[in-house]
Amino acid sequence: MGYKKKTIILAIIAILLAALYIFYDLRGNIGYILPRRVIKVVAIMLTGGAIAFSTTVFMTITNNRILTPSVLGLDSLYMLVQTFIIFIFGANSLVMMSSNINYLVSIGIMILFSLILYRFLFRGEKNNIYFLLLIGMILGTFFGSFTDFMQVLIDPNEFMVAQDRMFASVNNVNTDLVYISIVIIVATLIYFMRFYKYLDVMALGKDEAINLGVPYDYIVKRLLIIVAILISVSTALIGPITFLGLLVVNVSYELMKTFRHFYIILGAVFISIIALIGGQFIVEKIFTFNTTISVIINFIGGIYFIYLLLKENKSW
Amino acid sequence: MVDIKNVFKLYNQKKVVDDVSLSIEKGTITSFIGPNGAGKSTLISMISRLIAKDNGEITIDGQDIMKTKNNELAKKISILKQSNSINLKLTVRELVGFGRFPYSQGKLTKEDQEKVDEAIDYMELGEIQNKYLDELSGGQRQRAHIAMVLAQDTEYILLDEPLNNLDMRHSVQIMKTLRRLVDELGKTILIVIHDINFASCYSDHIVALKDGKIIKHGRTCDVIDQCVLKDIYDMDIDIQNIDDKRICVYF
Ligand SMILES: Nc1ncnc2c1ncn2[C@@H]1O[C@H](COP(=O)(O)OP(=O)(O)OP(=O)(O)O)[C@@H](O)[C@H]1O
Ligand SMILES: [Mg+2]
Repeated sequence: MGYKKKTIILAIIAILLAALYIFYDLRGNIGYILPRRVIKVVAIMLTGGAIAFSTTVFMTITNNRILTPSVLGLDSLYMLVQTFIIFIFGANSLVMMSSNINYLVSIGIMILFSLILYRFLFRGEKNNIYFLLLIGMILGTFFGSFTDFMQVLIDPNEFMVAQDRMFASVNNVNTDLVYISIVIIVATLIYFMRFYKYLDVMALGKDEAINLGVPYDYIVKRLLIIVAILISVSTALIGPITFLGLLVVNVSYELMKTFRHFYIILGAVFISIIALIGGQFIVEKIFTFNTTISVIINFIGGIYFIYLLLKENKSW
Repeated sequence: MVDIKNVFKLYNQKKVVDDVSLSIEKGTITSFIGPNGAGKSTLISMISRLIAKDNGEITIDGQDIMKTKNNELAKKISILKQSNSINLKLTVRELVGFGRFPYSQGKLTKEDQEKVDEAIDYMELGEIQNKYLDELSGGQRQRAHIAMVLAQDTEYILLDEPLNNLDMRHSVQIMKTLRRLVDELGKTILIVIHDINFASCYSDHIVALKDGKIIKHGRTCDVIDQCVLKDIYDMDIDIQNIDDKRICVYF
Protein backbone atom coordinates (compact mmCIF):
# COMPACT_ATOMS: atom_id res chain seq x y z
CA MET A 1 0.00 0.00 0.00
CA GLY A 2 1.39 3.39 -1.01
CA TYR A 3 1.73 6.35 1.29
CA LYS A 4 -1.01 8.26 -0.49
CA LYS A 5 -3.51 5.54 0.22
CA LYS A 6 -2.37 5.28 3.83
CA THR A 7 -2.82 9.00 4.31
CA ILE A 8 -6.39 8.81 3.06
CA ILE A 9 -7.18 5.85 5.31
CA LEU A 10 -5.74 7.65 8.34
CA ALA A 11 -7.83 10.71 7.50
CA ILE A 12 -10.97 8.59 7.29
CA ILE A 13 -10.24 6.92 10.64
CA ALA A 14 -9.66 10.30 12.25
CA ILE A 15 -12.94 11.67 10.92
CA LEU A 16 -14.87 8.56 11.97
CA LEU A 17 -13.42 8.71 15.47
CA ALA A 18 -14.32 12.37 15.75
CA ALA A 19 -17.86 11.59 14.67
CA LEU A 20 -18.03 8.69 17.13
CA TYR A 21 -16.85 10.92 19.95
CA ILE A 22 -19.36 13.62 19.13
CA PHE A 23 -22.41 11.44 18.57
CA TYR A 24 -21.78 8.50 20.93
CA ASP A 25 -24.51 8.11 23.53
CA LEU A 26 -25.95 11.50 22.73
CA ARG A 27 -28.78 11.90 25.22
CA GLY A 28 -30.27 14.55 27.44
CA ASN A 29 -29.85 18.20 26.70
CA ILE A 30 -28.51 17.93 23.18
CA GLY A 31 -28.42 21.68 22.67
CA TYR A 32 -25.92 21.86 25.55
CA ILE A 33 -23.91 18.67 25.08
CA LEU A 34 -23.39 18.78 21.33
CA PRO A 35 -21.64 22.17 21.06
CA ARG A 36 -19.47 21.27 24.02
CA ARG A 37 -18.36 18.04 22.42
CA VAL A 38 -17.73 19.73 19.09
CA ILE A 39 -15.55 22.39 20.71
CA LYS A 40 -13.61 19.65 22.52
CA VAL A 41 -13.01 17.78 19.30
CA VAL A 42 -11.88 20.96 17.57
CA ALA A 43 -9.50 21.72 20.44
CA ILE A 44 -8.13 18.18 20.28
CA MET A 45 -7.63 18.42 16.53
CA LEU A 46 -5.85 21.75 16.81
CA THR A 47 -3.61 20.51 19.59
CA GLY A 48 -2.88 17.17 17.99
CA GLY A 49 -2.24 18.77 14.66
CA ALA A 50 -0.02 21.49 16.08
CA ILE A 51 2.06 19.02 18.10
CA ALA A 52 2.48 16.59 15.20
CA PHE A 53 3.33 19.32 12.74
CA SER A 54 5.78 21.18 14.95
CA THR A 55 7.50 18.00 16.06
CA THR A 56 8.01 16.84 12.47
CA VAL A 57 9.53 20.19 11.53
CA PHE A 58 11.69 20.25 14.65
CA MET A 59 13.04 16.76 14.01
CA THR A 60 13.91 17.71 10.46
CA ILE A 61 15.71 20.86 11.57
CA THR A 62 17.71 19.01 14.20
CA ASN A 63 18.10 15.92 12.05
CA ASN A 64 17.11 13.36 14.62
CA ARG A 65 14.17 11.23 15.60
CA ILE A 66 14.44 11.47 19.38
CA LEU A 67 14.46 15.11 20.30
CA THR A 68 11.14 16.90 20.28
CA PRO A 69 10.30 20.43 21.39
CA SER A 70 8.62 18.92 24.44
CA VAL A 71 11.58 16.78 25.36
CA LEU A 72 13.67 19.94 25.15
CA GLY A 73 11.37 21.58 27.67
CA LEU A 74 9.49 24.05 25.49
CA ASP A 75 6.09 23.27 26.94
CA SER A 76 7.36 23.47 30.51
CA LEU A 77 8.61 26.89 29.52
CA TYR A 78 5.10 27.86 28.52
CA MET A 79 3.95 26.90 32.03
CA LEU A 80 6.73 28.92 33.54
CA VAL A 81 5.78 31.97 31.52
CA GLN A 82 2.17 31.66 32.63
CA THR A 83 3.10 31.40 36.30
CA PHE A 84 5.59 34.18 35.95
CA ILE A 85 2.95 36.53 34.61
CA ILE A 86 0.73 35.76 37.60
CA PHE A 87 3.69 36.07 39.93
CA ILE A 88 4.62 39.49 38.67
CA PHE A 89 1.26 41.03 37.89
CA GLY A 90 -1.08 39.02 40.11
CA ALA A 91 -3.99 36.90 39.05
CA ASN A 92 -6.37 39.84 39.01
CA SER A 93 -4.44 41.52 36.30
CA LEU A 94 -4.39 38.28 34.43
CA VAL A 95 -8.10 37.96 34.72
CA MET A 96 -8.48 41.56 33.67
CA MET A 97 -5.97 41.29 30.96
CA SER A 98 -7.91 39.47 28.28
CA SER A 99 -6.76 35.91 27.89
CA ASN A 100 -5.93 36.75 24.31
CA ILE A 101 -3.31 39.30 25.29
CA ASN A 102 -1.83 36.96 27.83
CA TYR A 103 -1.70 34.30 25.14
CA LEU A 104 0.10 36.54 22.67
CA VAL A 105 2.61 37.73 25.28
CA SER A 106 3.39 34.13 26.18
CA ILE A 107 3.90 33.20 22.55
CA GLY A 108 6.26 36.14 22.14
CA ILE A 109 8.37 35.00 25.07
CA MET A 110 8.42 31.45 23.75
CA ILE A 111 9.72 32.62 20.39
CA LEU A 112 12.44 34.63 22.05
CA PHE A 113 13.51 31.71 24.16
CA SER A 114 13.55 29.28 21.22
CA LEU A 115 15.90 31.54 19.33
CA ILE A 116 18.21 31.80 22.32
CA LEU A 117 18.11 28.04 22.73
CA TYR A 118 18.98 27.67 19.08
CA ARG A 119 21.95 30.02 19.46
CA PHE A 120 23.36 27.98 22.28
CA LEU A 121 22.53 24.47 21.26
CA PHE A 122 22.71 24.25 17.51
CA ARG A 123 25.60 26.50 16.65
CA GLY A 124 28.36 23.96 17.01
CA GLU A 125 29.59 22.13 13.96
CA LYS A 126 28.44 18.76 15.28
CA ASN A 127 25.48 18.30 17.57
CA ASN A 128 25.83 15.59 20.12
CA ILE A 129 22.35 14.27 20.55
CA TYR A 130 22.89 12.96 24.05
CA PHE A 131 24.24 16.29 25.14
CA LEU A 132 21.20 18.05 23.76
CA LEU A 133 18.96 15.54 25.45
CA LEU A 134 20.68 16.12 28.75
CA ILE A 135 20.36 19.88 28.42
CA GLY A 136 16.73 19.53 27.47
CA MET A 137 15.96 17.33 30.45
CA ILE A 138 17.73 19.72 32.79
CA LEU A 139 15.98 22.76 31.35
CA GLY A 140 12.61 21.01 31.46
CA THR A 141 13.08 20.07 35.09
CA PHE A 142 14.39 23.51 35.89
CA PHE A 143 11.39 25.23 34.34
CA GLY A 144 9.08 22.81 36.15
CA SER A 145 10.71 23.34 39.54
CA PHE A 146 10.86 27.07 39.09
CA THR A 147 7.17 27.06 38.24
CA ASP A 148 6.44 25.10 41.41
CA PHE A 149 8.60 27.45 43.40
CA MET A 150 6.74 30.53 42.25
CA GLN A 151 3.43 28.84 42.81
CA VAL A 152 4.36 28.19 46.41
CA LEU A 153 5.17 31.86 46.88
CA ILE A 154 2.02 33.31 45.41
CA ASP A 155 -1.28 33.84 47.15
CA PRO A 156 -3.40 30.66 47.32
CA ASN A 157 -6.23 32.30 45.44
CA GLU A 158 -3.90 33.27 42.66
CA PHE A 159 -2.49 29.78 42.79
CA MET A 160 -5.91 28.44 41.89
CA VAL A 161 -5.99 30.62 38.82
CA ALA A 162 -2.52 29.47 37.86
CA GLN A 163 -3.46 25.83 38.30
CA ASP A 164 -6.45 26.37 36.12
CA ARG A 165 -4.26 27.73 33.34
CA MET A 166 -1.86 24.86 33.59
CA PHE A 167 -4.27 22.03 33.41
CA ALA A 168 -6.53 23.33 30.75
CA SER A 169 -7.22 19.70 30.03
CA VAL A 170 -9.58 18.40 27.42
CA ASN A 171 -12.39 18.51 29.95
CA ASN A 172 -12.48 22.25 30.37
CA VAL A 173 -11.29 23.71 27.15
CA ASN A 174 -11.10 27.47 27.03
CA THR A 175 -13.51 28.42 24.26
CA ASP A 176 -12.00 31.86 23.73
CA LEU A 177 -8.63 30.28 23.10
CA VAL A 178 -10.05 27.87 20.54
CA TYR A 179 -11.05 30.69 18.24
CA ILE A 180 -7.86 32.68 18.51
CA SER A 181 -5.87 29.45 18.16
CA ILE A 182 -7.55 28.73 14.86
CA VAL A 183 -6.55 32.18 13.65
CA ILE A 184 -2.97 31.77 14.85
CA ILE A 185 -2.58 28.30 13.38
CA VAL A 186 -3.95 29.33 10.00
CA ALA A 187 -1.70 32.41 9.93
CA THR A 188 1.29 30.28 10.90
CA LEU A 189 0.52 27.74 8.19
CA ILE A 190 0.30 30.46 5.57
CA TYR A 191 3.66 31.79 6.71
CA PHE A 192 5.05 28.27 6.66
CA MET A 193 4.08 27.60 3.04
CA ARG A 194 7.06 29.52 1.68
CA PHE A 195 9.46 27.28 3.59
CA TYR A 196 7.71 24.04 2.79
CA LYS A 197 9.83 23.19 -0.24
CA TYR A 198 13.00 23.25 1.83
CA LEU A 199 11.97 20.58 4.33
CA ASP A 200 12.73 17.54 2.18
CA VAL A 201 16.17 18.88 1.35
CA MET A 202 16.92 19.81 4.94
CA ALA A 203 16.21 16.25 5.99
CA LEU A 204 19.32 15.28 4.02
CA GLY A 205 21.37 17.13 6.62
CA LYS A 206 22.85 20.58 7.02
CA ASP A 207 25.73 20.14 4.60
CA GLU A 208 23.61 18.65 1.84
CA ALA A 209 21.07 21.44 2.30
CA ILE A 210 23.70 24.15 2.02
CA ASN A 211 25.22 22.43 -0.97
CA LEU A 212 21.83 22.50 -2.66
CA GLY A 213 21.43 26.20 -2.05
CA VAL A 214 19.18 26.34 1.00
CA PRO A 215 19.77 29.55 3.01
CA TYR A 216 20.12 27.31 6.03
CA ASP A 217 20.38 29.57 9.06
CA TYR A 218 17.66 31.87 7.80
CA ILE A 219 15.23 29.02 7.22
CA VAL A 220 16.01 27.22 10.46
CA LYS A 221 15.34 30.34 12.50
CA ARG A 222 12.01 30.95 10.81
CA LEU A 223 11.00 27.34 11.26
CA LEU A 224 11.93 27.44 14.93
CA ILE A 225 9.67 30.44 15.40
CA ILE A 226 6.87 28.48 13.78
CA VAL A 227 7.57 25.54 16.10
CA ALA A 228 7.53 27.80 19.16
CA ILE A 229 4.19 29.30 18.15
CA LEU A 230 2.59 25.93 17.58
CA ILE A 231 3.87 24.49 20.84
CA SER A 232 2.48 27.51 22.69
CA VAL A 233 -0.89 27.02 21.02
CA SER A 234 -1.09 23.34 21.82
CA THR A 235 0.08 23.76 25.41
CA ALA A 236 -2.38 26.56 26.00
CA LEU A 237 -5.25 24.52 24.63
CA ILE A 238 -4.80 21.18 26.36
CA GLY A 239 -1.60 21.28 28.39
CA PRO A 240 1.68 19.46 28.00
CA ILE A 241 1.62 15.97 26.55
CA THR A 242 5.33 15.40 26.48
CA PHE A 243 5.63 12.27 24.41
CA LEU A 244 2.78 12.65 21.96
CA GLY A 245 4.87 14.33 19.29
CA LEU A 246 7.68 11.83 19.56
CA LEU A 247 5.24 8.97 19.29
CA VAL A 248 3.19 10.14 16.33
CA VAL A 249 6.03 11.41 14.16
CA ASN A 250 8.00 8.21 14.55
CA VAL A 251 4.95 6.09 13.87
CA SER A 252 4.25 8.22 10.82
CA TYR A 253 7.78 7.66 9.49
CA GLU A 254 7.51 3.92 10.12
CA LEU A 255 4.12 3.71 8.50
CA MET A 256 4.60 5.99 5.51
CA LYS A 257 8.05 4.75 4.53
CA THR A 258 8.78 7.86 2.53
CA PHE A 259 10.89 10.96 2.93
CA ARG A 260 8.26 13.34 1.56
CA HIS A 261 7.30 15.73 4.30
CA PHE A 262 3.91 16.37 2.85
CA TYR A 263 2.83 12.82 3.66
CA ILE A 264 4.88 12.48 6.84
CA ILE A 265 3.28 15.60 8.27
CA LEU A 266 -0.24 14.68 7.19
CA GLY A 267 0.27 11.17 8.55
CA ALA A 268 1.56 12.46 11.87
CA VAL A 269 -1.30 14.94 12.17
CA PHE A 270 -3.93 12.27 11.58
CA ILE A 271 -2.24 9.73 13.86
CA SER A 272 -2.04 12.40 16.52
CA ILE A 273 -5.73 13.21 16.22
CA ILE A 274 -6.60 9.51 16.28
CA ALA A 275 -4.50 8.96 19.39
CA LEU A 276 -5.94 11.94 21.21
CA ILE A 277 -9.59 11.42 20.38
CA GLY A 278 -9.29 7.67 20.84
CA GLY A 279 -7.47 8.20 24.11
CA GLN A 280 -9.99 10.73 25.34
CA PHE A 281 -12.79 8.36 24.43
CA ILE A 282 -11.17 5.60 26.47
CA VAL A 283 -10.56 7.96 29.37
CA GLU A 284 -14.19 9.03 29.44
CA LYS A 285 -15.97 5.77 28.71
CA ILE A 286 -13.69 3.08 30.13
CA PHE A 287 -11.82 4.82 32.94
CA THR A 288 -14.77 7.11 33.56
CA PHE A 289 -12.43 10.04 34.10
CA ASN A 290 -10.29 8.17 36.64
CA THR A 291 -7.19 9.00 34.67
CA THR A 292 -6.21 11.65 32.16
CA ILE A 293 -5.24 11.39 28.57
CA SER A 294 -1.77 12.76 29.17
CA VAL A 295 -1.06 9.91 31.57
CA ILE A 296 -1.97 7.33 28.96
CA ILE A 297 -0.07 9.03 26.15
CA ASN A 298 2.99 9.67 28.29
CA PHE A 299 2.98 6.06 29.44
CA ILE A 300 2.92 4.65 25.91
CA GLY A 301 5.20 7.39 24.62
CA GLY A 302 7.71 6.91 27.43
CA ILE A 303 8.07 3.23 26.65
CA TYR A 304 8.52 4.01 22.99
CA PHE A 305 11.08 6.69 23.83
CA ILE A 306 13.21 4.21 25.76
CA TYR A 307 12.92 1.77 22.89
CA LEU A 308 14.14 4.45 20.46
CA LEU A 309 17.08 5.37 22.68
CA LEU A 310 18.17 1.75 22.90
CA LYS A 311 17.75 1.22 19.19
CA GLU A 312 19.75 4.34 18.25
CA ASN A 313 22.40 3.34 20.69
CA LYS A 314 22.86 0.04 18.92
CA SER A 315 23.06 1.40 15.40
CA TRP A 316 25.72 3.97 16.25
CA MET B 1 38.58 30.45 -11.35
CA VAL B 2 38.73 29.73 -7.64
CA ASP B 3 40.82 32.17 -5.65
CA ILE B 4 41.82 31.41 -2.10
CA LYS B 5 43.66 34.10 -0.18
CA ASN B 6 45.26 33.69 3.24
CA VAL B 7 42.64 31.32 4.56
CA PHE B 8 42.80 30.08 8.15
CA LYS B 9 40.74 27.63 10.13
CA LEU B 10 41.26 27.00 13.82
CA TYR B 11 39.90 24.23 15.98
CA ASN B 12 40.64 24.67 19.67
CA GLN B 13 43.38 27.24 18.95
CA LYS B 14 45.03 24.76 16.62
CA LYS B 15 45.55 25.94 13.05
CA VAL B 16 44.06 23.20 10.96
CA VAL B 17 44.29 25.25 7.79
CA ASP B 18 47.17 27.65 8.09
CA ASP B 19 47.45 30.64 5.76
CA VAL B 20 46.52 28.85 2.56
CA SER B 21 46.56 30.82 -0.68
CA LEU B 22 45.82 29.15 -3.94
CA SER B 23 44.43 29.80 -7.40
CA ILE B 24 42.70 27.14 -9.39
CA GLU B 25 42.29 27.56 -13.12
CA LYS B 26 39.09 26.85 -14.94
CA GLY B 27 38.85 23.64 -16.91
CA THR B 28 41.32 21.60 -14.89
CA ILE B 29 41.38 18.74 -12.44
CA THR B 30 43.26 19.61 -9.29
CA SER B 31 44.03 16.83 -6.84
CA PHE B 32 44.57 17.49 -3.14
CA ILE B 33 46.85 14.99 -1.50
CA GLY B 34 48.45 14.67 1.89
CA PRO B 35 48.46 12.58 5.03
CA ASN B 36 45.44 12.03 7.28
CA GLY B 37 44.55 15.13 9.20
CA ALA B 38 46.42 17.46 6.87
CA GLY B 39 43.37 19.68 6.46
CA LYS B 40 42.21 18.63 3.01
CA SER B 41 38.57 18.09 3.92
CA THR B 42 38.53 21.27 5.97
CA LEU B 43 39.87 23.31 3.07
CA ILE B 44 37.44 21.77 0.58
CA SER B 45 34.54 22.34 2.97
CA MET B 46 35.47 25.99 3.31
CA ILE B 47 35.61 26.44 -0.46
CA SER B 48 32.10 25.00 -0.68
CA ARG B 49 30.92 27.19 2.26
CA LEU B 50 29.92 24.17 4.36
CA ILE B 51 32.05 25.44 7.21
CA ALA B 52 33.01 28.99 7.99
CA LYS B 53 36.59 30.13 7.65
CA ASP B 54 38.22 32.06 10.46
CA ASN B 55 40.10 34.39 8.20
CA GLY B 56 40.88 35.05 4.56
CA GLU B 57 38.94 35.29 1.36
CA ILE B 58 37.57 32.79 -1.09
CA THR B 59 36.16 33.90 -4.42
CA ILE B 60 34.74 31.96 -7.32
CA ASP B 61 34.83 33.77 -10.65
CA GLY B 62 35.53 36.93 -8.74
CA GLN B 63 32.53 36.61 -6.40
CA ASP B 64 32.99 36.16 -2.68
CA ILE B 65 31.30 32.88 -1.78
CA MET B 66 29.90 34.26 1.44
CA LYS B 67 28.21 37.13 -0.38
CA THR B 68 26.75 35.19 -3.29
CA LYS B 69 23.11 34.12 -3.13
CA ASN B 70 22.82 30.56 -1.88
CA ASN B 71 20.78 29.33 -4.77
CA GLU B 72 23.02 30.92 -7.39
CA LEU B 73 26.06 29.37 -5.77
CA ALA B 74 24.38 25.96 -5.73
CA LYS B 75 24.15 26.13 -9.52
CA LYS B 76 27.83 26.95 -9.73
CA ILE B 77 29.55 24.71 -7.22
CA SER B 78 28.72 21.34 -5.73
CA ILE B 79 30.45 19.14 -3.20
CA LEU B 80 30.54 15.48 -2.36
CA LYS B 81 31.55 15.02 1.25
CA GLN B 82 33.94 12.41 2.55
CA SER B 83 31.26 10.58 4.48
CA ASN B 84 27.60 10.65 3.75
CA SER B 85 25.09 9.33 6.19
CA ILE B 86 21.54 9.85 5.14
CA ASN B 87 19.05 7.77 7.01
CA LEU B 88 15.95 8.50 5.08
CA LYS B 89 13.79 6.10 3.16
CA LEU B 90 15.15 7.25 -0.17
CA THR B 91 15.66 5.49 -3.50
CA VAL B 92 18.72 6.05 -5.65
CA ARG B 93 16.67 7.93 -8.21
CA GLU B 94 15.12 10.17 -5.57
CA LEU B 95 18.54 10.97 -4.16
CA VAL B 96 19.89 11.86 -7.58
CA GLY B 97 16.76 13.95 -8.13
CA PHE B 98 17.70 16.09 -5.14
CA GLY B 99 20.68 17.26 -7.17
CA ARG B 100 18.21 19.21 -9.29
CA PHE B 101 16.88 21.19 -6.34
CA PRO B 102 18.74 24.42 -7.13
CA TYR B 103 16.98 24.51 -10.50
CA SER B 104 13.57 23.09 -9.78
CA GLN B 105 13.06 23.80 -6.08
CA GLY B 106 11.70 20.31 -5.63
CA LYS B 107 9.35 20.00 -8.59
CA LEU B 108 11.25 18.06 -11.21
CA THR B 109 10.60 19.15 -14.78
CA LYS B 110 11.14 17.04 -17.86
CA GLU B 111 14.56 18.56 -18.34
CA ASP B 112 15.43 17.72 -14.74
CA GLN B 113 14.37 14.13 -15.30
CA GLU B 114 16.65 13.95 -18.33
CA LYS B 115 19.59 15.22 -16.29
CA VAL B 116 18.80 12.64 -13.63
CA ASP B 117 18.70 9.88 -16.25
CA GLU B 118 22.01 11.07 -17.63
CA ALA B 119 23.68 11.07 -14.22
CA ILE B 120 22.30 7.62 -13.44
CA ASP B 121 23.63 6.29 -16.75
CA TYR B 122 27.03 7.85 -16.14
CA MET B 123 27.32 6.03 -12.82
CA GLU B 124 25.78 2.79 -14.17
CA LEU B 125 23.01 2.86 -11.63
CA GLY B 126 20.19 2.07 -14.04
CA GLU B 127 19.49 -1.36 -12.63
CA ILE B 128 19.34 -0.28 -9.03
CA GLN B 129 17.79 3.15 -9.48
CA ASN B 130 14.62 2.18 -7.65
CA LYS B 131 16.33 0.49 -4.74
CA TYR B 132 16.42 2.14 -1.34
CA LEU B 133 19.78 3.54 -0.24
CA ASP B 134 19.89 1.39 2.88
CA GLU B 135 19.69 -1.72 0.71
CA LEU B 136 22.86 -0.87 -1.22
CA SER B 137 26.49 -1.79 -0.78
CA GLY B 138 28.93 0.93 0.30
CA GLY B 139 30.27 1.38 -3.21
CA GLN B 140 26.85 1.52 -4.80
CA ARG B 141 25.81 4.17 -2.29
CA GLN B 142 28.96 6.15 -3.05
CA ARG B 143 28.15 6.05 -6.76
CA ALA B 144 24.63 7.22 -6.04
CA HIS B 145 26.04 10.23 -4.22
CA ILE B 146 28.39 10.99 -7.07
CA ALA B 147 25.47 10.77 -9.47
CA MET B 148 23.64 13.33 -7.37
CA VAL B 149 26.56 15.72 -7.69
CA LEU B 150 26.63 15.14 -11.45
CA ALA B 151 22.91 15.86 -11.65
CA GLN B 152 23.53 19.16 -9.93
CA ASP B 153 25.44 19.99 -13.11
CA THR B 154 27.68 22.72 -11.73
CA GLU B 155 30.67 24.37 -13.28
CA TYR B 156 32.80 23.60 -10.26
CA ILE B 157 32.73 20.15 -8.68
CA LEU B 158 34.41 19.37 -5.37
CA LEU B 159 34.83 15.74 -4.42
CA ASP B 160 36.22 14.57 -1.10
CA GLU B 161 37.61 11.08 -1.57
CA PRO B 162 35.05 10.00 -4.14
CA LEU B 163 36.76 6.67 -4.68
CA ASN B 164 35.95 5.53 -1.15
CA ASN B 165 34.58 2.00 -1.19
CA LEU B 166 34.81 1.67 -4.95
CA ASP B 167 36.22 -1.29 -6.81
CA MET B 168 38.97 -0.75 -9.37
CA ARG B 169 36.73 -0.76 -12.38
CA HIS B 170 34.39 1.84 -10.96
CA SER B 171 37.28 3.94 -9.69
CA VAL B 172 38.83 4.08 -13.12
CA GLN B 173 35.49 4.70 -14.71
CA ILE B 174 34.72 7.61 -12.40
CA MET B 175 38.11 9.19 -12.99
CA LYS B 176 37.55 8.84 -16.74
CA THR B 177 34.13 10.42 -16.38
CA LEU B 178 35.65 13.33 -14.48
CA ARG B 179 38.31 13.72 -17.16
CA ARG B 180 35.60 13.85 -19.81
CA LEU B 181 33.59 16.42 -17.86
CA VAL B 182 36.66 18.62 -17.82
CA ASP B 183 37.84 18.04 -21.38
CA GLU B 184 34.47 18.09 -23.11
CA LEU B 185 32.30 20.30 -20.96
CA GLY B 186 34.96 22.57 -19.49
CA LYS B 187 34.10 21.83 -15.88
CA THR B 188 36.55 22.49 -13.07
CA ILE B 189 37.14 19.71 -10.61
CA LEU B 190 38.80 19.71 -7.20
CA ILE B 191 39.30 16.29 -5.78
CA VAL B 192 40.76 14.96 -2.55
CA ILE B 193 42.37 11.64 -3.21
CA HIS B 194 44.65 9.29 -1.32
CA ASP B 195 45.75 7.04 -4.13
CA ILE B 196 48.58 9.09 -5.61
CA ASN B 197 48.60 6.99 -8.74
CA PHE B 198 45.08 8.09 -9.56
CA ALA B 199 46.18 11.65 -8.84
CA SER B 200 49.20 11.18 -11.07
CA CYS B 201 47.28 9.69 -13.99
CA TYR B 202 44.22 11.89 -14.12
CA SER B 203 44.93 15.32 -12.70
CA ASP B 204 46.39 18.46 -14.25
CA HIS B 205 47.60 19.96 -11.00
CA ILE B 206 48.33 18.61 -7.57
CA VAL B 207 48.19 20.45 -4.27
CA ALA B 208 50.03 18.76 -1.42
CA LEU B 209 48.93 19.68 2.08
CA LYS B 210 50.60 18.86 5.35
CA ASP B 211 49.79 20.18 8.82
CA GLY B 212 47.41 22.70 7.32
CA LYS B 213 49.97 24.24 4.98
CA ILE B 214 50.49 23.87 1.28
CA ILE B 215 53.90 22.34 0.87
CA LYS B 216 53.75 21.95 -2.88
CA HIS B 217 51.47 23.11 -5.63
CA GLY B 218 52.28 22.50 -9.24
CA ARG B 219 51.73 20.56 -12.38
CA THR B 220 51.29 16.87 -11.80
CA CYS B 221 54.68 15.95 -13.22
CA ASP B 222 56.40 18.36 -10.83
CA VAL B 223 54.73 17.04 -7.72
CA ILE B 224 55.03 13.35 -8.48
CA ASP B 225 58.69 13.38 -7.68
CA GLN B 226 60.68 11.32 -5.26
CA CYS B 227 61.94 14.24 -3.16
CA VAL B 228 58.60 16.01 -3.02
CA LEU B 229 56.75 12.87 -2.03
CA LYS B 230 59.30 12.17 0.65
CA ASP B 231 58.51 15.59 2.11
CA ILE B 232 54.81 14.94 2.09
CA TYR B 233 54.61 11.40 3.36
CA ASP B 234 57.96 10.86 5.10
CA MET B 235 58.56 7.71 3.15
CA ASP B 236 60.60 6.64 0.21
CA ILE B 237 58.53 6.28 -2.88
CA ASP B 238 59.98 4.87 -6.05
CA ILE B 239 58.63 6.40 -9.26
CA GLN B 240 58.51 4.45 -12.51
CA ASN B 241 57.52 5.62 -15.95
CA ILE B 242 55.02 3.25 -17.50
CA ASP B 243 53.43 4.26 -20.82
CA ASP B 244 54.14 7.95 -20.25
CA LYS B 245 52.56 7.77 -16.85
CA ARG B 246 54.42 8.28 -13.61
CA ILE B 247 53.54 5.44 -11.31
CA CYS B 248 54.54 5.39 -7.66
CA VAL B 249 55.63 2.17 -6.09
CA TYR B 250 55.40 2.30 -2.34
CA PHE B 251 54.70 -1.17 -1.09
N1 LIG C 1 34.97 19.57 13.83
C1 LIG C 1 36.26 19.49 14.23
N2 LIG C 1 36.61 19.80 15.48
C2 LIG C 1 37.89 19.75 15.89
N3 LIG C 1 38.90 19.39 15.10
C3 LIG C 1 38.63 19.06 13.82
C4 LIG C 1 37.30 19.09 13.32
N4 LIG C 1 37.34 18.72 12.03
C5 LIG C 1 38.61 18.46 11.74
N5 LIG C 1 39.41 18.66 12.80
C6 LIG C 1 40.85 18.50 12.84
O1 LIG C 1 41.39 19.18 11.75
C7 LIG C 1 42.46 18.46 11.19
C8 LIG C 1 42.24 18.34 9.70
O2 LIG C 1 41.10 17.56 9.45
P1 LIG C 1 40.64 17.20 7.99
O3 LIG C 1 39.38 16.43 8.10
O4 LIG C 1 40.61 18.43 7.18
O5 LIG C 1 41.81 16.26 7.50
P2 LIG C 1 41.97 15.51 6.11
O6 LIG C 1 43.19 16.05 5.47
O7 LIG C 1 40.73 15.56 5.32
O8 LIG C 1 42.27 14.02 6.59
P3 LIG C 1 41.78 12.62 5.97
O9 LIG C 1 42.76 12.26 4.92
O10 LIG C 1 41.91 11.69 7.12
O11 LIG C 1 40.39 12.77 5.48
C9 LIG C 1 42.54 17.15 11.93
O12 LIG C 1 43.62 17.22 12.81
C10 LIG C 1 41.25 17.06 12.68
O13 LIG C 1 41.47 16.45 13.92
MG1 LIG D 1 39.30 14.21 4.78
